[in-house]
Amino acid sequence: MLQEEEVTHLVLFYENRLKDHHLVIPAVLQGLHALSLCEVLAPGLAVSVLKAIFQEVHVQSLPQLDRHMVYSIITNFMRTREEELKGLGADFTFGFIQVMDGEKDPRNLLVAFQIVRDLILKDYVLGPFVEELFEVTSCYFPIDFTPPPNDPHCIQREDLIVSLRAVLASTPQFAEFLLPLLIEKMDSEMQSAKLDSLQTLGACCTIYGQKELQEFLPSLWSSLRREVFQTASEKVEAEALAALRGLSACLSRSVLSSDTEDLLDSFLSGILQDCRHHLCEPDMKLVWPSAKLLQAAAGASFRAGHRITSSVVPLLLEQYNQHPQSSQRRTILEMLLGFLELQQKWRHEDEEESALLCSRASLCSVLFSALTDSSVQLQLVGIRALTVLGMLPGLLAPPDVQLVVDHLTRLVLHADDSQSCAAAMEAAGSLAPIYPGAFSGRMVQRLAEELQSEREEGRRSTQSLQALAAVSTHPRIVRETIPVLLQCLRQVQTGNVPAEACDMVAVCQSLQRVAVQCQRDAESCWYYHQTVVPCLLAVTVQAAMQENAHLPLGKVLLEEEVLTAMVPVISAASSHLCPELAAQSVSQLVPLFLDGEVSFLPQDSFPCPFQPFQGGQHVAAQRRLVALLMAFVCSLPRNVLIPQQDRLLQELLALSCSCDCPFTATAAAKCFAGLVNKYPAGQQLDQLLETAVSRMEAGLAEGPLRSQALTLLLWVTKGLVLRYHPLSSHLTDKLLGLLGDAELGPAVADGFSLLMADSPDVLHKGCHADVRIMFRQRFFTDSVPKLVQGFHAAGPGVKANYLKGLSHVLNHLPRPVLVTELPTLLSLLLEALSCPDRVVQLSTLSCLQPLLLEAPHVMSLHVDTLVTKFLGLTSSPAMAIRIAALQCVHALTSLPIPVLLPYKPRVIRALAKPLDDMKRLVRKEAVVARGEWFLLGSPGR
Amino acid sequence: MVGPAPGGGSPLENANPLIYRRSGERPVTSREEDDELPDSIDDREIFDLIRSINDPEHPLTLEELNVVEQVRVKVNDAESTVVVEFTPTIPHCSMATLIGLSIKVKLIRSLPERFKVDVHITPGTHASEHAVNKQLADKERVAAALENSHLLEVVNQCLSARS
Repeated sequence: MLQEEEVTHLVLFYENRLKDHHLVIPAVLQGLHALSLCEVLAPGLAVSVLKAIFQEVHVQSLPQLDRHMVYSIITNFMRTREEELKGLGADFTFGFIQVMDGEKDPRNLLVAFQIVRDLILKDYVLGPFVEELFEVTSCYFPIDFTPPPNDPHCIQREDLIVSLRAVLASTPQFAEFLLPLLIEKMDSEMQSAKLDSLQTLGACCTIYGQKELQEFLPSLWSSLRREVFQTASEKVEAEALAALRGLSACLSRSVLSSDTEDLLDSFLSGILQDCRHHLCEPDMKLVWPSAKLLQAAAGASFRAGHRITSSVVPLLLEQYNQHPQSSQRRTILEMLLGFLELQQKWRHEDEEESALLCSRASLCSVLFSALTDSSVQLQLVGIRALTVLGMLPGLLAPPDVQLVVDHLTRLVLHADDSQSCAAAMEAAGSLAPIYPGAFSGRMVQRLAEELQSEREEGRRSTQSLQALAAVSTHPRIVRETIPVLLQCLRQVQTGNVPAEACDMVAVCQSLQRVAVQCQRDAESCWYYHQTVVPCLLAVTVQAAMQENAHLPLGKVLLEEEVLTAMVPVISAASSHLCPELAAQSVSQLVPLFLDGEVSFLPQDSFPCPFQPFQGGQHVAAQRRLVALLMAFVCSLPRNVLIPQQDRLLQELLALSCSCDCPFTATAAAKCFAGLVNKYPAGQQLDQLLETAVSRMEAGLAEGPLRSQALTLLLWVTKGLVLRYHPLSSHLTDKLLGLLGDAELGPAVADGFSLLMADSPDVLHKGCHADVRIMFRQRFFTDSVPKLVQGFHAAGPGVKANYLKGLSHVLNHLPRPVLVTELPTLLSLLLEALSCPDRVVQLSTLSCLQPLLLEAPHVMSLHVDTLVTKFLGLTSSPAMAIRIAALQCVHALTSLPIPVLLPYKPRVIRALAKPLDDMKRLVRKEAVVARGEWFLLGSPGR
Repeated sequence: MVGPAPGGGSPLENANPLIYRRSGERPVTSREEDDELPDSIDDREIFDLIRSINDPEHPLTLEELNVVEQVRVKVNDAESTVVVEFTPTIPHCSMATLIGLSIKVKLIRSLPERFKVDVHITPGTHASEHAVNKQLADKERVAAALENSHLLEVVNQCLSARS
C-alpha cells in the first residue's frame, strides 16, 4: 500500500515524464492510470495530472490503447474527484474537447460519449464551449458504422447510436445546433439517417420546452409531414408519427405565461390546416396519412386531443353523410374510431369538457346507421366505435343506451354474418358492466325468451346461449343469466323438453364462460359456485338414479361428452374460491359421494340412495359422476383440507382398478392422481403410494383389467413427475418396461403424450396443482437415453412403440431445447422416418424441419436418406404428413447448394405429383417447395 | 423475345404507380382441413400463385400494382385449362413481355402437367398487345427465352420470395 506522500512523488515524477520523449508516453500513461485509482491521492493532484495531459500530450496521435488509457484516467477522476475537477471550470471541458477531437475508434467513442454525457448531466461548467462540445460529438451523427466480421469487441452499430443519442439529447443547450442538423438529416435520402434523426428528435422532446422548439417548428412539421405523406417505409412512418406525438406532448407540457402566445395552439392549427382538407377530398388519397398525423398530434395530451378532436370529428361526421358508398363510409368510420380511442386515454380528465359532447347526437346517428348497413365491414367498425363511445363517460344518453342494446341484441340474434354476431356479443360483454340495468332489462330478457321458444320448437340455440354467456360481465347480470342457463338443464332432467347431447354441451360451454368471467369478483364467484355446482349435481344424481327406471329421463345428462363438458364448469367455479368458502363447500360435497348425504342439493325427493362407491352393478350410472367429484376436489386450492381424504383416496384407488367402464375408471384415476399431486410429502404419502403401486402391479400382471391399471399408472406417474417426486423415476421405468409389452405397448406409447402434455381438466397450474417449470426437460433427460436403449434392445414387433414414445416426448419439448439435443438423436430420427406409424412420422418430420434450417451442415451428411424418405412421405394417406413432408422438402433447400444440385431434377420431377394433390393445403406447400427447388443454383436466386 | 434489362440506371417508366391493397391470406376452411374431401383448383388458388410475383421494376407485387386481379383468372379444373389476363400499368410498358413470361413460368412450375396455361394481356390495355400475346403463346419461344441466362435471372428474381 502506498502512502499519500509516495503517491505525490510518483505523480510528480510521471507528470514530468510526460514532457519526455514520445516513446515513453504509453508507459507514463499506464502509471498515471494506476495512480488515478489510488484512494490516497492528495487534493489537487488530479487536476494537475489532467492539466499536464491536456498540455503535454497530443492524444489523437497516440495508438488506440493509449487513447483509451487517457479516457480511463479522466473517467476515474470524474468518478472520485468530481469537486476538484469542477474547480477547473470550463478549462476542463475545453481540455477534454481537445482530447477527443478526431477520435475514430468505436471502442474509444463509447467511453468518450459517456464522459460527455457525464459532463452535461453532472453540471460541469461548459462555459463558452457549448458549441464546440456539440461539434465534437455531433460530427459522428448519424452513426455510420458496420462492425467488421468476427469482431472480438462486439460493438454494434446500435450501441454507438444509443450512446451518441444520449449525449445529443441530454441538454436543451444543444437545441439550437441540433435541431437544424436533425432537419437536414431527415431530409436526406438515407433511410437509416432518417430513422436516427426521428428517434433522436423524439428523445429531445422529453427534455426540451417551448423555447427550444419555437424557431424550428415550421420546418420540423414540414419534414415530418413529408415523411408520412410520401412514406417509403412503415418504420420511418411510425417514427415520424412518434416524433410528432413527442413534439405535441412537449408543447403541451410547457407552462404558459400570460404574455407569450400558446405555441401548442398555433402548432396544432398549422397541422389542422394542412391535413383537414385532405379528409374532405373525394378520391380519399391522402386521408389515411392525414388522419394518422392528426391522431399522433392529438394523442399527446388532453389539450391537444381536445383541440384536434373538436375540429375533426364534426368534419368526419359530415363527410360520412356526404359519402354514400359503404367502402368510403367504412374508411371514415375507421378514422373516427381512431379519434374516439384517443379520447379513452384522457377520460379521467374533466368529462364536462369532452370534445365529443357537442357532436354526441350526430355521432350516435352515424353509428346506428352503420349498424344497420348491409356491409358487414361497416357493421364491424360501427360496433367497435360504439363500444368505445359507450365506454367514454357521459356520451350515451339513456335513450341511446337502450337503442345500443336493441341494436346489439338484433345483431346477436339475427345477423347473417357470423363476424358481426361475434363482434356484437363482444361489444355487449364490454358495455354490460357500464350499463348493467339496460342490458339485464332488455337484452337478457329478450335472449331468455328467444332461448325458450327455440327449445320448444326444437331449434339450435347456439347464438342465444353464447350471447347469454358473453353479456354476463356484471354481478347483477350474472344473477339473471345463470338461472336461465340452469333452467335448460333442469328441463331436460324433468323430461319437459327433449334434448341432444350437443345442446347440453353448448349449455355447459356457456356456463363455463360465465364461470371464468365470475372468477375476478369474489362475491360473484361464490354466488356462482353455490348456485351452479349443487344444481349440476342434483340433475345428474337424479338422472343417475332413474337409470333403471322404465322411462329414463335426462339420460342424455350422463353421456360421456356431457359429463366431460360439465367438468370445466365445476373446475372453473371452484378453483378461485377463497379457502373458507371452499372448505364449507367441500364439507358438503365429499360426504355426498362417500355417504350419500343429499340434503344440500336443491331437489329433495330422490328415489334411492346415492352410493357411487358401494359395490353392485346397479350403481354404474352413479359411478360416472366421479368425474364431477374429480372436477371439484382437484381444483381446490392446496391449503383447503379435504375431509376424510384418506378414505376417499382408498375408494378412488379401488374404483379405478376394479371398474370395467373406462370412463369411470379414468375419472377415478385422474382424481386419485390429482389429489396425490397435492398431498403433502411424508410418511403418509409414501404409504399411500406403496398401496397404490402394489395394486397397480397386481392389476398389470394379468387379468381383464390390465388397461385400467395402466391408466392409473400413467396418471399417478404424471402427478408425481410434475412435482419431482422421487418415486416418479421408478414409475417411469415401469412404463418404459411396458413399452415392450405386446398387448399394452401401443397404449403406453400413447401415454407418453399424456405425461408430457398439459391436461385440460386436472393437474395443471389453473387448478393449483404442484407443477415444476422444468418438468419436461427433466423428464426428457431422464427417459430419453432409456428409450433409445430400449429401442435398440427391443424385438422387431415392438420397436415402433419406443419410437412413438420418443416422438411424444420430443413433440412437447420447447423448441430451443430440442434443437440442441436433436443431433444426438439424429440416427434414431432417420430410422423413425421409415416407421409406418403416422404419429411417429409426423412428429419426426416436425423435429427434422427446424433442424434442417438450423444445423444444415450436420444434416447435409444424410441428404440422400432425407430426400428419399421425404419424397416417399409426400404420398402418405394422411394430409398432415404430406404437408409436413413437403415442408421438409422445402427446408432441405437451406442445405449447401452443391450438396443439393445432384438431386434437383429428381426432386422437381417427384414434386409434380403433389402439385395435383386432392387437398389444397398440400398443393400450397408443394408449390412453395417446388418453386424453391427450381431456383436452386439458378441465376437470380 | 427479349425485354430490356430492368433497372440498369435508366429512369423508371412509371415512377409513381397507384398502389392497391393486398388481399389477405386465404382463410383455411374446415372443409380444407378434412382429410377425405377433395378441394378442386379454383380461381382464387391460381390467383394466390401469381399475386405475389414481384414486379421487375418496383419493389411491389403484381397484385399491389393491379397487374393481376382475381376476376381476370379463369380456371377449369375438369378440363385442365387456365386462362390469366394481366394488365400492364401503362399502355407502353416495355416490361409487359417479361411480366407475362414470369406469370407463365410461375404457373408452369406450380400447376400439374395436365393443365394448358394461357397467359395474355387484358384486351385493349397495351399498345403492342398482339405481338406480346403471340410471343407468350409460342412454346418454342418461351423455352428459348428460358435458355437465356440473363432473362432467366430476371424471371427468377420476380419469382423469389420477398425477404
